[in-house]
Amino acid sequence: MSETLETEVLAAIEAAGDEASLEAIRVAELGKKGRISEMMKGLGKMSPEERKTEGPRLNGLRDRVQSAITERREVLADAAIAARLATETVDVTLPVRSSPAARGRIHPISQVIDEITAIYADMGFAIAEGPDIETDYYNFTALNFPEGHPAREMHDTFFLQPDESGARKVLRTHTSPVQIRTMETQKPPIRIIIPGKTYRQDSDATHSPMFHQVEGLVVDKSANIGNLKWVLEEFCKAFFEVDSLKMRFRPSFFPFTEPSMEVDIQCDRSRPGEVRFGEGDDWMEILGCGMVHPNVLRAGGLDPDVYQGFAWGMGIDRIAMLKYGMPDLRAFFDADIRWIEHYGFRPLDMPTLFGGLSQ
Amino acid sequence: MKFTLSWLKDHLDTDASLEEITERLTAIGLEVEDVDDRAVFKPFRIARVLSAVPHPDADKLRVLTVDAGPEVNDGKPLQVVCGAPNAREGLVGVLGRPGDYVPGLDVTLGVGKIRGVESYGMMCSERELQLSEEHDGIIDLPADAPVGTRFADYADLADPVIEINLTPNHPEATGVYGIARDLAASGLGTLKETPVERIEGEGECPVRVRVETDVCAGFALRRVSGVSNGASPLWMQKRLKAIGLRPINALVDITNYITFDRGRPLHVFDAAKVEGDLIVRQGREGDEILALDGKTYALGPDICVIADANGVESIAGIMGGEASGCDETTTDVLVESALWEPISIAKAGRSLGIITDARYRFERGVDPLFMEPGLDLATRLILDICGGTPSKRSVEGVAEHVPGVVTLPFTEVNRLTGLDIAPERQLEILRNLGFTIRSQNGEDAAEIEIPSWRPDVAGKADLVEEVMRIVGVDQIASRPLAPLSGVNGRILTTTQSRDRAARRALAARGMAEAVTYSFISKDHAEAFGGGSEALRLANPIAADMSDMRPSLLPGLIAAAARNFARGYGDTAIFEVAAVYRGDQPADQMRVAGGVRRGTAGLAGSGRAWDGAAPSVSVYDAKADALAALEAVGAPADKLMIDREASAWYHPGRSGRLKLGPKLVLAEFGEFHPKVLKKLGAAGAHAGFEVFLDALPEAKRKATKTKPVLALSALQPVRRDFAFVLPSDVEAERLTKAAAAADKTLISEVRVFDVFAGGALGEGRKSVAIEVTLQPSEKTLTEADLEAVSTKIVANVETATGGTLRA
Repeated sequence: MSETLETEVLAAIEAAGDEASLEAIRVAELGKKGRISEMMKGLGKMSPEERKTEGPRLNGLRDRVQSAITERREVLADAAIAARLATETVDVTLPVRSSPAARGRIHPISQVIDEITAIYADMGFAIAEGPDIETDYYNFTALNFPEGHPAREMHDTFFLQPDESGARKVLRTHTSPVQIRTMETQKPPIRIIIPGKTYRQDSDATHSPMFHQVEGLVVDKSANIGNLKWVLEEFCKAFFEVDSLKMRFRPSFFPFTEPSMEVDIQCDRSRPGEVRFGEGDDWMEILGCGMVHPNVLRAGGLDPDVYQGFAWGMGIDRIAMLKYGMPDLRAFFDADIRWIEHYGFRPLDMPTLFGGLSQ
Repeated sequence: MKFTLSWLKDHLDTDASLEEITERLTAIGLEVEDVDDRAVFKPFRIARVLSAVPHPDADKLRVLTVDAGPEVNDGKPLQVVCGAPNAREGLVGVLGRPGDYVPGLDVTLGVGKIRGVESYGMMCSERELQLSEEHDGIIDLPADAPVGTRFADYADLADPVIEINLTPNHPEATGVYGIARDLAASGLGTLKETPVERIEGEGECPVRVRVETDVCAGFALRRVSGVSNGASPLWMQKRLKAIGLRPINALVDITNYITFDRGRPLHVFDAAKVEGDLIVRQGREGDEILALDGKTYALGPDICVIADANGVESIAGIMGGEASGCDETTTDVLVESALWEPISIAKAGRSLGIITDARYRFERGVDPLFMEPGLDLATRLILDICGGTPSKRSVEGVAEHVPGVVTLPFTEVNRLTGLDIAPERQLEILRNLGFTIRSQNGEDAAEIEIPSWRPDVAGKADLVEEVMRIVGVDQIASRPLAPLSGVNGRILTTTQSRDRAARRALAARGMAEAVTYSFISKDHAEAFGGGSEALRLANPIAADMSDMRPSLLPGLIAAAARNFARGYGDTAIFEVAAVYRGDQPADQMRVAGGVRRGTAGLAGSGRAWDGAAPSVSVYDAKADALAALEAVGAPADKLMIDREASAWYHPGRSGRLKLGPKLVLAEFGEFHPKVLKKLGAAGAHAGFEVFLDALPEAKRKATKTKPVLALSALQPVRRDFAFVLPSDVEAERLTKAAAAADKTLISEVRVFDVFAGGALGEGRKSVAIEVTLQPSEKTLTEADLEAVSTKIVANVETATGGTLRA
């Protein structure tokens, strides 16, 4: 009889569709007045022999029903969660908003100045700065520009309004005035680089009325052209991120250096829109340099027979264009958001020597 | 400066190849800009027309059979269709074949079919080969021209042309002779010394010269009478053409030739057209000249001229005049060889906008001692080419030439360059360059006299450069700069560090960094407190780039407007750069400024499926300003806010961030609609400027250790309060009053709701705050909470005049 009962109860448990009907079965069978509980109560009235067989049988029945109910409850609970989760499904292909740090951009000029800074910092250079609005003295006279030099003309240099004495300030045409300002305030040894804005009356694809230069100055009692070559070779290799790079130093002329040189670097321009450094047999002019002119040392308050040094200057925008391939300088200053997004750098991509200057 | 290889070899005896010569030129500071090896002419062959018959289908065309020698088409004749009127049997001309590039047409020839007849090449005209403008017919060579040989060899077109880019020094290299001397000094051959024959002439020069200006440092003149001024000889024409000069007539060509050969500009006047004496003087009001370039120039007092009784005949050192110029009818010529002060000539040339070969040389400095030899050299060529009889020289106003002398310590080359060059070698180089060794001061130094053609050399550093360029910069070995320390310390100044910190912080807030011009229009400058006279450019490159900017905002707002005009209205841009409050160095200030336009807030812009971004507001700008300030190290918890932002901001939606009552660190807000209108901007804008220099430098601490962290084991308790306040009471007054209720227990007061209108009525608002209480020693009891709550309510009611909302 109890086998029929067990079959019937287990079938009912299996058929229970929800928690409530399962509980109803539990109460009906195992509750205080449940069928199986009642049967178990009958054990007390039985003879010991009967109890010996009936006891285990009823206990087994009760345990099997109990565990069937527990199992079924788990199945029902899982099904309920699954059903809930199914209703919570969303379209994961819907786009999310990008993070601000992924959207923001650093202008190539700032990034390249940071790259330059990282390299020269490693060579023990400090950074000096000076004003954009300069006096004629710092921009020209102290740098050994003779009276009547073409650079002093209105068509090359931006002038401000004359003061009471007729003297006109200029927008500095190079970062070199900071050489003088540094020598005036700092005793050798001097090792500085001077990045900054410079201005000239010029506008086409490779010239802009405002541009950026980085100037370097080393003054001590022994710095010579051999040292100058080393500094520039090390810089160019590091900046253009090539293992070796041929450089060509040509004698040239600048008022503030003597001897003066221009420097070309080896490159390959055979691929349109791309310049590769350290290969090819083309030369590209990249900077001007030389030994600081004795008159410039004197203007800085130094005796040119005791102190000596070298200086160089290069266009930051220009080396940025060469390294990263922007075709037109004027676009640097147009703030076209499409240009900045394309050529700009991510805010967290900080140039370092230990991590590589660029990604 | 341009010249040909054969011309150079007139003065330089050398076996060096073209490539060796050009490499050496660059190495000694005469940078080769371009070498035209004239390979373009190489393919063209001399060919004979064997037969010429009319084209079957075209009246003006002829079908030629052409023999171009055994090397062409296996010696078999070629068929060529030709339209030239002079194409005829027996003509010897120049043949281009399929595959050859024709420079005058800028095409590469192919096998053509002209009106049904195949053509295997082209008989060329002079214009097609860019030899001249001649195009009336094909080239018609003498009948004995060697058929089958290269035309370039026959016509001497193979002479390579070298162009050097001359720096402002090196006046000696404005003449082929000087270049040859430099090359010889560098060991690339021997200079052919060619002393100039002295020509005394007969009879006084009939035209007298009066020098009335210091710009003239000497003036030599002579008449050559009875000349016949035809075309100059072919050898001279070829060289002039090769360097891009148009042959004019023998007299003019001779002056041009000597200009390039010796760096000695000359001028010739037709004596018949000169009236009275020549006066060298400064220009006067009303002076003008029709110059040889066909243009008329007004000549003011800054320009030196040569005048006669008819008026101005020549612009000194720059260009002659049409009226007294020489042509084929000239029989008597006045030849001028003068010296001019370089700076005056440079200034005059620039103010007139004239660039000539004469100016190019005079502004660098022409050899004063070659003034008379130059005149004699010209006379010699005139006599040889045009005949005639020379007068004596008339020489006026010659300033004495005192050669410069420099003491060169032999250690100087090594000191400046690192090169080890023996004293004898140093002196040899200088001697080869024309320097004179006056005396040698024992082992250590020498007195060096500077040659008259090197006015650019003045000191010992210049002599070092001379030695260095001849030895070769490539001989200088790179030498590491000795390190100053093991590990380098921080190299950025505080200002520089702040620039970088602000820049990266703002970019990390989704903003794009712009670099805009430091000069803006006067209107824009004035709208932002600038536009003062001291900051106005005297010569702006454009009218809207006239004034140094007083603020970064006008440039950024204008940039946002440009992007909007391109279809990108939601932009967030910033710049970290200088603004100018005056023309002194201290007036230049570092600012981090930014503008958000449209809906370009921190989270992103525009519409999205989960909600559209709202228009930007004063709060976006405030958050940006605070982020930049925190990045540069400002103490965020000590900042004060007021509403006194500058006039270009919206008066009700802007503020300032200050440290203490006076120190303004930043301004932020939406903009005044009148200012936006002035900048041509419309729509939602919010911006800020952080004054990076204003923040006082933090004191250097003795230790980098951070303060001890005290963590409470007890849970914080949060209580909400809502107050009804008069609308004009600022939220900060409420939060400060609440926080003051118990400064140790209350760790945070946060505004979580602001509401106005509805049942509250006019002039009132409801502000709800969440107060966080952080017990440190024991759990708070109900009584503790009650006590602090009462205190908070009382404090707020007293401070704000508001009431706890029921």
